[in-house]
Amino acid sequence: MAVCIAVIAKENYPLYIRSIPAEHELKFHYTVHTSLDVVDEKVSAMGKALVDQRELYLGLLYPTEDYKVYGYVTNSKVKFVMVVDSSNTALRDNEIRSMFRKLHNSYTDVMCNPFYNPGDRIHSRAFDNMVTSMMVQGC
Amino acid sequence: MADEALFLLLHNEMVTGVYKSADQGEVENGRCITKLENMGFRVGQGLIERFTKDTARFKDELDIMKFICKDFWTTVFKKQIDNLRTNHQYLAFTCGLIRGGLSNLGIKSIVTAEVSAMPACKFQVMIQKM
Repeated sequence: MAVCIAVIAKENYPLYIRSIPAEHELKFHYTVHTSLDVVDEKVSAMGKALVDQRELYLGLLYPTEDYKVYGYVTNSKVKFVMVVDSSNTALRDNEIRSMFRKLHNSYTDVMCNPFYNPGDRIHSRAFDNMVTSMMVQGC
Repeated sequence: MADEALFLLLHNEMVTGVYKSADQGEVENGRCITKLENMGFRVGQGLIERFTKDTARFKDELDIMKFICKDFWTTVFKKQIDNLRTNHQYLAFTCGLIRGGLSNLGIKSIVTAEVSAMPACKFQVMIQKM
């Protein structure tokens, strides 16, 4: 079950960030912020041997004792960061991939909305609903 | 891509509409071109987001240019990059489209168009080195 989902613009400021247990919100904000460095590392030429391989999904960025952080970067350099609770049964890799796919599809729909200005925070209800469904069930 | 005819009609109306609203007092000629170009810019950004959704990650600028010249161009214009047919006022939207597409991929550019010999059209893309 995802506990925090964030969409970060290419200039590294958040377009959308939401976390589930409200009391740890600050901690998750901080986690997402620190994970940006890991994302940059994976994307830059240095990490070429390890992950890149022309894929948008970056995989596990780093694990901590309570949760794991996964990353995904689109070709327009927008990053999606997902923090998942490790305590319940570990979600398999392709489930995480499919969650990122859904995120990317919803993000594309937001981009194509003519009333949305790229760079603004995302207020779309459809996007919110999609994120809620991911946080509640972790499908 | 949706029906070509629909877009052609819409584009026609857009250009006439923008120029008509300019006639009714507002602004001078240059602004109309800017408005159309900005519309194209926004559409280009959205198009790129949709098209690059399933493609592999671009390693460098060369990859981006290859993508633009092959996939993006053929999908939008349904023609290979070296033959294109457009009209003068109607170039603004298309220039904006290209600029928007490049900008969403991280390349700041200025796109201008020239029509030297009909029906050919040349787009000049000047990329700002960062």
